[in-house]
Amino acid sequence: MSAALIVDLGLTLLILGLGVWTVAARSNNGAVVGYIAYGLLVALVWVRLAAVDVALTEAAIGSGLTGLLLLGVATRLPRSARLTRPPTGLGTRLLAGFLSAAVAGGLAAVVLLLPDPAPTLAPSVAANLPATGLGNPVTGVLIAFRAIDTLLESVVLVFAIIGVWSLAPKDGWGERPGWLRPAPLGSALTLLAQLLPPIGILVGIHLFWTGATAPGGAFQGGAVLAAMWVLAMIAGLARPPAVSRRWLRLMLVAGPALFLTVGIAGIWLAGAFLAYPVAYAKPLILVIEAALTLSIAAALGLLLAGPPEHPSAAERQP
Amino acid sequence: MLSNLVAGGDRLLVLALILPVASLMLAFVLGGRHAERIALATLPIGLAVAVAIAAAVLHGDAPLHTDLGGWAPPLGVALRADGLSAIMLLTTAVVMVAVGLFARADFQVPPGTTESRAPFAFWTLLLALWAALNAVFLGEDLFNLYVALELLTFAAIPLVCLDGRAQTLAAALRYLVFALLGSVLYLLGAALLYGAYGTLDIGQLAARIGGDPLEPAALIAAALMTAGLLAKTALFPVHLWLPPAHAGAPAAASALLSALAVKASFFLILRIWFDVMPELLAQMAAQVLAALGAAAILFGGVLALRQARLKMLIAYSTIAQIGYLFLIFPLVASPETAPLAELRNAPGAWTGGALQLVSHACAKAAMFMAAGLIAASLGHDRIRDLGGIGRALPMTLFAFGIAGMSLMGLPPSGGFMAKWLLLLAAMQCGQWWWMLVILAGGLLTGAYLYRVLATALSTQGPSPVLVKPVDRSREWVVLGLALISVLLGLVPLSSFSLIQIGRDVSGIGVGLP
Repeated sequence: MSAALIVDLGLTLLILGLGVWTVAARSNNGAVVGYIAYGLLVALVWVRLAAVDVALTEAAIGSGLTGLLLLGVATRLPRSARLTRPPTGLGTRLLAGFLSAAVAGGLAAVVLLLPDPAPTLAPSVAANLPATGLGNPVTGVLIAFRAIDTLLESVVLVFAIIGVWSLAPKDGWGERPGWLRPAPLGSALTLLAQLLPPIGILVGIHLFWTGATAPGGAFQGGAVLAAMWVLAMIAGLARPPAVSRRWLRLMLVAGPALFLTVGIAGIWLAGAFLAYPVAYAKPLILVIEAALTLSIAAALGLLLAGPPEHPSAAERQP
Repeated sequence: MLSNLVAGGDRLLVLALILPVASLMLAFVLGGRHAERIALATLPIGLAVAVAIAAAVLHGDAPLHTDLGGWAPPLGVALRADGLSAIMLLTTAVVMVAVGLFARADFQVPPGTTESRAPFAFWTLLLALWAALNAVFLGEDLFNLYVALELLTFAAIPLVCLDGRAQTLAAALRYLVFALLGSVLYLLGAALLYGAYGTLDIGQLAARIGGDPLEPAALIAAALMTAGLLAKTALFPVHLWLPPAHAGAPAAASALLSALAVKASFFLILRIWFDVMPELLAQMAAQVLAALGAAAILFGGVLALRQARLKMLIAYSTIAQIGYLFLIFPLVASPETAPLAELRNAPGAWTGGALQLVSHACAKAAMFMAAGLIAASLGHDRIRDLGGIGRALPMTLFAFGIAGMSLMGLPPSGGFMAKWLLLLAAMQCGQWWWMLVILAGGLLTGAYLYRVLATALSTQGPSPVLVKPVDRSREWVVLGLALISVLLGLVPLSSFSLIQIGRDVSGIGVGLP
């Protein structure tokens, strides 16, 4: 048995174990911690499958930011809500389990039946990549070949922000988001929030910059930057800005707006919407990626910061 | 001039997609009273773009098509508008204009404040929903359509809980769970198809699926995607989220959700079965889909009859009306289906289904807005206590009544034409059981609408006390939309040839016994 196989088997067993743990955990906190660890291990699996871009995204967004969001929910739920009986009956849970197993089993069977070798667009991507001036095929797909998907996904983030803000309680509109409850100053978290961000910001910018030629890009870089911002916010070292700020809103739409503008210019400069003139493709793509990184970081951070609240709301709640 | 339109058709498609996106971002940044102004200014432009696309498709007698970024599929992503897409874009634009004009009174920034929550959210989300719907109706790539579905989910859900009550928040959350489950199933199916055929483009997929022996992956993918989209369309028995969500939203938002949002996922079910894998649509699968539709018609009708509140009644009526759409499948796929000469030899059920999509969109939006006017002026919407409202708000009630005519399928409305074509198709195919369902559905609709109208028109008792006067211009908007749903029935059948452009429904269901 080779070493790689042993590592893979170990990973698989650990992931299955963590999955069971997450479902069976008695406390919400326990389940969330299990889920975060599960996400990190899944990221390792993506590394083993040589999909480093997916691994980075899974670790940063799937495990990191989502985990933080779930932890926040678990701690904010009133104690009574945690102790009551499970909200669903045994029958419902068995049905859910059965359906999940059926879908998983069906998928496994179908994946085994898929043609081998699988039809792929990878050679076509590789052949056309030089026209974009990029070295990373994933970035090529995201920013050039399927640019419309990335453009619309970055717009979805704006929709999500509007959705979260629309949950503002009465008299909360225009104020600062109040969902994150900062830890007391002087705790270990304060130290972490002072030490980590300088490195984290560098890593975030590096991930964006390197995305043109190696794994990385706007989503991964933006997620790391957002994590640093959120860390500073939960340590009480930074306060989320008021949602009425014009600069904040400009930051949130900067990425999609610039992307859209370059895309429209492409109609005249390169013959099609979202096409780049070959000579300027790489610089244009880098500028779009930079703006996207900024907007994604702002949007993810603000999604975690929650809806705006009147400053007095924090004192009213436990 | 029309040939110019056809020549610039590819740009029109791009414009339809990016106009609401650009307006949304502008409204988001400027906020305050500008959000409403930008949304209102976008309405006529968006309508003009939709009309131009329909005119270009009709005049060119061919679908419009463009490769985004200059990259042809399968590497790139294409947009395409055939006749049905053009009709859906146009319906969306018409309903958006009506709802936008109607909503002005409800979503104004109160004097003395620069910006407030509900107006900001409503006007930006109206544009967001428009962007999402146009993306669904123009998409030609299964993953791009997934992104469009995500846009739709995140635009629609906050509209449900705009009023901020805990009850509507719970309804919105339930909607979110169903919608996300639907998205995941859809995405799984799309991934499977890519894994099996190496492309996500609908036209290329159809060619490869049709050319090869049947892959099990294609069948599983179709099942997963259909199940996911059914949850989003709220077809019985996965309809549970719809009534509280659509009834709890503010009237203008209910109109958008019930008239348009559920149609988008239905449109994708149509595209999967008729465009991606037409050979796969066996009578078996088609009968199952239609049986669920029939259950929705009967179940939705009976439950609508039992509702105490007007908006809940209208929401259950949506469940029933969605059911009719699913009768298309066995009727179009039937080998006995007879092509109608005046419909370019396409089966009547196809045109009937498309008419049902359009006429229900107009009628249901009008009905929800009429209910909103009634609820606002009475301070409640309990059906029992609507007595005499016909005397107090004659025009609103008239609009409600004629929108109801279309839902019931009374001539000469668009709903009549839709149900008549479906009925005719069922007769030709010898599938008489669907005729019974259509007739029973019409009777149920008549019964629950009679309940409302009989109370509202009763002459006994004192006139109701209006807590708020009704704005005449809003009544005109509602009446206008209701009239459109009726007038559709007066248009000669041959003018619906637009529906058939770019679409050949004659080869459906031939691959399987």
